[in-house]
Amino acid sequence: MKDDDIKNDSNLTVEVSQTPIADYPDWRKDDKSLTNAGLSEEEQDWFCDARPQPAKKSWQIMENFFNWARSNSLWILAFGTGCGAIELRPLVTARYDISRLGMQPRPTPRQASVFMIGGYVSIKTLKRIVRSYEQMQGPKFVVAVCSCAINGGMYWDSYNTVKRIDEYIPVDVYVTGCMPRPEAVLAGFSKLKELIKAGKAEGQNLYAEKFDWYKENQKSVIKDWNMPDYNW
Amino acid sequence: MSIAFKVFWAFISLGVVTVWGLTLNGMVHKIFARVQGRLGPPVWQPFIDIIKNNAKRTAITHGIMFYLGPVFRIAGGIGTYMFIPVLFGSAYFSNFSLSGDVLLVMYFIFFGQLGMALGAGEGGHPYSAIAVSRGLAQMTAFEVPFALSVISLVAQYGTLNITEIVAAQQGGFLRWTLFTNPLAVITAMISMLGMNMYNPFSVVIAPQEIPIGPPTEYHSSFLGMLATNRGIFAGAKLVLFMNLFFGGATNLLILMLKTFWIYMFSVFVGAAYPRFRTEDSIRFFLTYPTILGIISVLLFSF
Amino acid sequence: MKELFNTLSKQFELTDYQSKRDNQAFVTATSSQLVSLLTHLRDIHGYTHLVMVTCVDWLEDGKFQVTYLLHNYATKTDLGIFVFIPRDNPVMDSMHHLWEQARVYQRELHEMFGIDFPGSPGVYKPMILEGWQGPPPMRRDFDTKVYCEDTYSNRERQHKEPEQYMKEQLYPED
Ligand code: SF4
Repeated sequence: MKDDDIKNDSNLTVEVSQTPIADYPDWRKDDKSLTNAGLSEEEQDWFCDARPQPAKKSWQIMENFFNWARSNSLWILAFGTGCGAIELRPLVTARYDISRLGMQPRPTPRQASVFMIGGYVSIKTLKRIVRSYEQMQGPKFVVAVCSCAINGGMYWDSYNTVKRIDEYIPVDVYVTGCMPRPEAVLAGFSKLKELIKAGKAEGQNLYAEKFDWYKENQKSVIKDWNMPDYNW
Repeated sequence: MSIAFKVFWAFISLGVVTVWGLTLNGMVHKIFARVQGRLGPPVWQPFIDIIKNNAKRTAITHGIMFYLGPVFRIAGGIGTYMFIPVLFGSAYFSNFSLSGDVLLVMYFIFFGQLGMALGAGEGGHPYSAIAVSRGLAQMTAFEVPFALSVISLVAQYGTLNITEIVAAQQGGFLRWTLFTNPLAVITAMISMLGMNMYNPFSVVIAPQEIPIGPPTEYHSSFLGMLATNRGIFAGAKLVLFMNLFFGGATNLLILMLKTFWIYMFSVFVGAAYPRFRTEDSIRFFLTYPTILGIISVLLFSF
Repeated sequence: MKELFNTLSKQFELTDYQSKRDNQAFVTATSSQLVSLLTHLRDIHGYTHLVMVTCVDWLEDGKFQVTYLLHNYATKTDLGIFVFIPRDNPVMDSMHHLWEQARVYQRELHEMFGIDFPGSPGVYKPMILEGWQGPPPMRRDFDTKVYCEDTYSNRERQHKEPEQYMKEQLYPED
């Protein structure tokens, strides 16, 4: 299947998160340093207490070139958070073969640029997701696969799964389905590529700007916050 | 020839070998993909990856050694390359070849790994530490047959200068070391399998056990540097092997052809074989290739 | 199986024998005799495999029914043992010394139903529910829906007629 076929096949619906930035309240403190209050005394020195800052962009023409390179070299953080992560495996096989689009799974968050959330997110997983997401180096993008990540899906009344991921980390592309076919996931990645090329996938800066709002949400569900406020 | 002229042309040839090495890497990915029945990434994918890595907006450090790791690695790559004459009989592509450069080059091949070991250790990731210890163990093992085969060449040609070794192989392919000293060539090619770290000797990056290996903590432009070095180092090693064993090259076209096929040897072996365990790999290097190497040294020293 | 029940009844207070299949039966024991019964079954009658430990919440009766399922490899039979304990302040004897893996089941039961197993290693450590502050979630009087609505925010539902919607998406000009 060619790239274009996937793009034109609009049966595979892709929903893009469109929470307008202006709606978020600004919680920013004055002193700009993090407390890391969840850590014990001696552990506090191990972690940086600087807040994330929105990254500066370079000139538009350079940025366009870089965005082209970024969209053609998406390295996926293979973190199977739910049952939808099964769909990531067929993607690297001979039939769908994402490597022809320049993507490859990467085992460490440091080198990856796409975080793929594969399904429901329980609270225990959310902790790991937040840590891994913060350890990724920007610009970083998030693709959330499965209905569960969008509105809770079949876990809509579960005691231990969050219902919308975009309140905890910024999401660029959602792929619906329970579970979505690999074609749909590929369509999601094509959408992400378009967004990156258009310069719209600025989740990292969004996270830095609305940092307190995200932290507030994270801490409201993660009751035992025993990790640093921001993981470098 | 003035020194400025030499430096200028050395950097040009460095650029050439970087591009060629990265293209070779891209081809290797393509070939592996075709063997597995996939389409595979485009040949220029390594270049895009390097651009992307260097265009990352954030980077963090774990200390001074963490910075120096990739620097040592790339210094090892460039250092190896700088002392190898690339084209025989060309004033432009002879780099800083000097008498005794075989020894220097063999030292520099080791150098990058050592620097990487220090840097990756500072990263603090357990996989890095495991991979580094595996890498150094394996390197020590494959250095033995490789050194033996080079000693055999030195005994055969009576010189420590790569240019002279190439000169002695001119005049028809039957004068290549491949035909005059086949045992040494077999030994060296086997140790090249270990050097290139494809299967069955991919114990360092071992994708299923310790994914990625030493550079686990490296990201952004550090990783870009390491990826660039993959091109330079691959190119340098191939040119060295071509010079020592396959008669060198007199123009860039022949260089590309020969290095491509030398590389393909380890790629084909890599595509066909599963991986050794670390201790098996070391045991392998210290038995058959070592014995072959000793025989070839003995043949030419009496 | 019936013979086994009769033999065991001489030593232990067993009631309510239910045979589900030829090779499967359930009996009810008292919680004070449970550990000695399990030891007896394991060492003398060959029920060497602990299949699982689970719990049923009988809210109306005010009881928890803890079920131990054992398997005998020689006779290929399963024996389930029910133990009823009071619902408020439920405590059971730990049997992690008989089967090492039992402590995982006990940890889970403590987390999900709030049953205490004094002495079981790591029983108070959270297993799935890290930092859980509500009541044990598998108890039937715990209302998941209310808890979920209080804790997690909802995305508003959009109702769209699929046929109409796809038409608009695919053929906007019609
Ligand atoms: S949407 Fe379905 S497949 Fe996906 S995580 Fe939820 S339950 Fe699993």
